[in-house]
Amino acid sequence: MAINTEPVFLNLGPVHPSTHGVFRMRALVDGEVITDIEPVFGYLHRGIEKLAESKSYRQFLPLTDRLDYVSSMNNNMAYVMAVEKLAGIEVPPRAEYIRVIMAELQRIIAHLLAIGSFFNDMGTFFTPFFYMFIQKEKITDLFEMVCGQRLLYNYMRFGGLSHDLPPEFIPALNRFLEEMPSEIKKYERLLAENEIVLARSKNVGVLPREMAINASAAGPVLRASGVKWDIRKDDPYSVYDRFEFDVPTGASGDCYDRYRVRLEELTQSLEIIRQAVAGLPKGKVLNPVPLRLRPPAGEVYSHIEGNKGELGFHVISDGSDKPYRIHVRAPSFINLTALRNMLIGWKLADAIIIFGSIDICLGEVDR
Amino acid sequence: MTVGLDYNRIIDVLPEDLASGAVAFEAHGLVIQPEVLTGIAAFLKTEPGLELDYLCSITGVDCTEYFEVDYLLYSLKLNHRFTLKVRLADRSEPVIPSLTGLWLGAELQEREIYDLLGITFSGHPEMKRIFLWEGFSGHPLRKDYGHGH
Amino acid sequence: MEIGSGMNSRDLDLHEGHVIEDLRNSAVAGLPEPSGWLTEEIERNIITTTVDKFLNWGRKTSLWTETSFTACCTFEFISTSSSRFDIARFGMEVLRSSPRHADLMITAGTLTWKMAPQIKRVYEQMAEPKWVIAMGACGISGGIFADSYSVVPGYNRILPVDVYIPGCPPRPEALLAGIELLRKKIEKRSIAKGS
Repeated sequence: MAINTEPVFLNLGPVHPSTHGVFRMRALVDGEVITDIEPVFGYLHRGIEKLAESKSYRQFLPLTDRLDYVSSMNNNMAYVMAVEKLAGIEVPPRAEYIRVIMAELQRIIAHLLAIGSFFNDMGTFFTPFFYMFIQKEKITDLFEMVCGQRLLYNYMRFGGLSHDLPPEFIPALNRFLEEMPSEIKKYERLLAENEIVLARSKNVGVLPREMAINASAAGPVLRASGVKWDIRKDDPYSVYDRFEFDVPTGASGDCYDRYRVRLEELTQSLEIIRQAVAGLPKGKVLNPVPLRLRPPAGEVYSHIEGNKGELGFHVISDGSDKPYRIHVRAPSFINLTALRNMLIGWKLADAIIIFGSIDICLGEVDR
Repeated sequence: MTVGLDYNRIIDVLPEDLASGAVAFEAHGLVIQPEVLTGIAAFLKTEPGLELDYLCSITGVDCTEYFEVDYLLYSLKLNHRFTLKVRLADRSEPVIPSLTGLWLGAELQEREIYDLLGITFSGHPEMKRIFLWEGFSGHPLRKDYGHGH
Repeated sequence: MEIGSGMNSRDLDLHEGHVIEDLRNSAVAGLPEPSGWLTEEIERNIITTTVDKFLNWGRKTSLWTETSFTACCTFEFISTSSSRFDIARFGMEVLRSSPRHADLMITAGTLTWKMAPQIKRVYEQMAEPKWVIAMGACGISGGIFADSYSVVPGYNRILPVDVYIPGCPPRPEALLAGIELLRKKIEKRSIAKGS
């Protein structure tokens, strides 16, 4: 006896506990299997690129924090580097090393949150997330020691940084560096060989290598699909060429590989921070720059390896003190290009995990 | 270190019919006519020695007299990059061919430029607004977009 | 994409666009704070006061928050609900995704006009009594994005807000101070006047 079925139209979001923010997916579901999906963007579109045209370069700096709000130091760094390249501003060496330390600490926070919410989506309901949150709070304390803010730091300036490190920062950082490796081992021991994690994420949501390159994926998503491309190694910026570290890649591009790449990048970030602290030069942290910065007319594209991928700022100047156009190359937004291909054919429960493993931040997707 | 390719090298190897569409070289990018965009992009993607197979980003700019769309291409294997710029003089109905046939990564970025600047990409599978809602009047990133909207 | 009953996703886009434009055109001034019960405080009698006190104690010590968070302030809320700042000592560790189960909406993040009808719908689905805390500068006035073309200048354009917490983002201690203000406000409610 043949049963008559037809697909059901379902809405996932924008108010949803597992969409990592206000993201919506219109799904056509046949039973439990997704047959078609259409992502809907724009629920957090705040018009940051348009606001840039009415603010000066310095006034735009706090707005960059609010792009990817879990990686504020990285966003600051990308923007500040773009304007420095445009205006020809030099940065003192001590500031460069401190920028690298802050960027890598920020990468650790962002990856901890990404891995924690990945396990949330899988159903572990906050236990691993709050274990990782303990370490995140320790890093937040370090940031608060330096610049007074807990989430949106606005720490970097054109020509350096806003504050130098207080004397208690390096001892506290060293204490953190000593205890973090054992914490990473704890996450690995408890979760990496867990059979539920393996069953729900191995061979699920595979992004093949060719499609990853064709869909302009970047960051851990690209590296998990087997492409060894990391801007810190392939197009080094700041002082990254002085440090030795590995670039972990995955083999198959499934959710498990994306999780493993992020986990291993935690260890590499700790290694970079150790080397930076060991080689930290003395001196000033800020070169004087005019308050109303007027870069010469021209354009520049400057990129960094943000924690979600290649974060780039395309800054076009017309010689005045306000930018003519700022375009943000947002990794989370472009990583979502392949979402439809990755989700079709999987069940709804898998869809949440696949979507979570791409690790997006809505502030950057919608800008 | 990612090397920016010298545009002379590109012009030398381009086939005759595509090279005629190259207009100028400005600000590290090769300015081309919209008609040869798909041809040149396909050539740059597959030509051995160039292999610019990664579309990094598409930027749309409103340069008051004309619109400009910048394409930043990378080669992950050979570690070099190149920029293509297309200028559209028609401000009332700007149209440019879509690159979604070559790169899946162009899909969302072209929708964003349509939404915020009003440039239509012909051949795009789903040319509709992405961030703003249907019924929003105007294209905000245009320089003549007033705050009265 | 066909979504059934002959509609496709384009029709859905057009319909939603109309809803957003209607809301935007109608929400031109801030809604007043819900405080009609303040004048009634004077007219209470002794019997309802004891019942009131008991009900208000129950309500203020177990506020369940609706998880309709939009942007950055979410992470300060998550920090507050973790063990360091511990929102559980106020009975608020329960977060409910379904608005039918929740009685507090904390507006953690910027509101855009595209999202506004959805937040309004979620608020209307919450059962009485319900409260709203506007968290952060974006919740109070649109914050740093106030003059953008797509941002609602403050949640009180579409919802009646009880407590405002400034900050960008507010520290967890500030959020806890705001919650304490809300608890004091809840203490003063009276059932005699149907509130």
